[in-house]
Amino acid sequence: MDSTLTSDAEAGLRSEARPLPQGYEAMPATDPKSPVALFGADEPLAMDSGAALAPFQIAYQTAGTLNAERSNAVLICHALTGDQHFAHRHPVTGKAGWWETLVGPGKPIDTDRYFVVCSNVIGSCMGSTGPASVDPATAKPYGLDFPLVTIRDMVRAQAMLLDRLGIPDLFLCIGGSMGGMQVLQWASLFPERVFAAMPIATGARHSAQNIAFHEVGRQAIMADPAWADGRYFEEGTRPAKGLGVARMGAHITYLSEPALHRKFGRRLQNRAAPTFSFNADFQIESYLRHQGLSFVERFDANAYLYLTRAMDYFDLAEDHGGVLANAFRASKTRFCVIAFTSDWLFPTADSRAIVHALNAVAAPVAFVEVESDKGHDAFLLDEPALFSAARGFVDAAARARGL
Amino acid sequence: MGPTDAVAGAPWKSIETLPRNAGDDGTRVDHLVVLGLVPDGARVLDIGCGDGSLLALLRDRRSVDGRGIELSRAGVNACLARGLPVIQGDADTDLANYPDNAFDVVVLSQTIQATRNPRIVLDHLLRIGKQVIISFPNFGHWRVRAELAFRGRMPVTEIMPEAWYETPNIHHCTIRDFVGLCRTVGAEIEKATALDGRGRPMRYSMPWWFWNLVGAQGVFLLRSGGTDHE
Repeated sequence: MDSTLTSDAEAGLRSEARPLPQGYEAMPATDPKSPVALFGADEPLAMDSGAALAPFQIAYQTAGTLNAERSNAVLICHALTGDQHFAHRHPVTGKAGWWETLVGPGKPIDTDRYFVVCSNVIGSCMGSTGPASVDPATAKPYGLDFPLVTIRDMVRAQAMLLDRLGIPDLFLCIGGSMGGMQVLQWASLFPERVFAAMPIATGARHSAQNIAFHEVGRQAIMADPAWADGRYFEEGTRPAKGLGVARMGAHITYLSEPALHRKFGRRLQNRAAPTFSFNADFQIESYLRHQGLSFVERFDANAYLYLTRAMDYFDLAEDHGGVLANAFRASKTRFCVIAFTSDWLFPTADSRAIVHALNAVAAPVAFVEVESDKGHDAFLLDEPALFSAARGFVDAAARARGL
Repeated sequence: MGPTDAVAGAPWKSIETLPRNAGDDGTRVDHLVVLGLVPDGARVLDIGCGDGSLLALLRDRRSVDGRGIELSRAGVNACLARGLPVIQGDADTDLANYPDNAFDVVVLSQTIQATRNPRIVLDHLLRIGKQVIISFPNFGHWRVRAELAFRGRMPVTEIMPEAWYETPNIHHCTIRDFVGLCRTVGAEIEKATALDGRGRPMRYSMPWWFWNLVGAQGVFLLRSGGTDHE
């Protein structure tokens, strides 16, 4: 753990006017190091805000092979700060794919059997069009001129990508957290295109508490003078301090009190006694500073504003007359809903609300509450009970589909 | 119309006995009893479905569209592996959201005595299922009575194996008590029987009071009694 900490974690987060990384064009926002689907001026993305986004692009990754019947496609929906590199080395951090625990040869989502697609969501910063992309009208980064994005916009864009890839319908749509919101939106918006759905550690709406956490993160970014009203690329600054603090706060919500206690307790960081200063005396402080610092290397501050907002706006029941069950009335999809006992960001009650709505329309739904003290992030971690549930559900769905 | 007298004679039909070789293939005999009551292609909800063996049997032999509710994660995982849509939950909290008549048959096997509110649970079963199959250990069994009468102890038997301080069974009843609850909630008893210690339906030539004395379990096929329940 300690060895992963950089020495500048100790110095805290600085918000100096650091130079743009070797030319703006080399950033993941414009150079995603993955395939990109381009949609021209004649193929706009109709967004909930009323905007028609064109041209735009979607960066994506795939693994496995689409079968002749085109019936074995899996769509992975990534979470807030995730990206398309689910089973591929990350071009910025160099880390392994973020869901290689669950996806890969012989894994519950077996890339020897299924054609797995994951696209960077619209509004993000890893190659799909978002606020860090260049606005063709001004030849400058969009910044806050980018239209507000919703979960439904992300799903519409993914559907356009699947059309482009020649995938008529999905064998499985799966994702955790914000990815789970997309899964629910997929099943609701395109019921005939989703055979099986696995929303994990998610909810059909963002709670007041979660909106509150997001607002604190956004205010931290906006309070950073280097944010410059979102025009930091032109100003030659980066709101690293604001974004880092936003990440630090959010990261706490992804863990749990028992997990924090187990990993860090009140242990001190490379010292025998408190220094009577505001240095990072405690390991947990050092860890959070490191999380903040490493995050700003790979993520765009404006994209963070947009994607947190998309989650805040998500309320699937509200879109259907206040009755969540109505969102799934036409559904023939088989569902497997998974929650984690120690997840306080999307507690089990949120998943149960989804299950009860699906029960109300007599949809086939399985529900598992996985015992874990790892908090919300458990869906990304080595969690055998998650894997066994996923394997059982996916294998049975494959048999039902004749795969 | 409910029964007029639970003891002197039963106005409902008995559940048929099984052939002598029933269960020889390893299938649980009490599951075969349920199998005999479920029509082909029915929509079935099994509450407390364990590892899904009954649902799988009904799917394979009756082509039912089966759903389940199970408390244990191990049970839910076993059901998932069988391809059965089962939710982790329990009868006390997870029945309210199902719409009326959502299922042709609802099965509650050996569970009602462990619920916090058996009457509300039974109301929900009758609401969401057109028919209800319910089984429970008979607290009127002679061994139970003997334990209490002669030893002054709470009984521990094959079907009720836990001591009083460990048992999940907080609402024990006799077959006769259950018939009384059916009358209270306006449930119509279509068929009923008692199972012996091996889970086989007892010969129905026996008088009803005899079932309440020697039956290890009661099994009932109910339906909502109509206007007095609505």
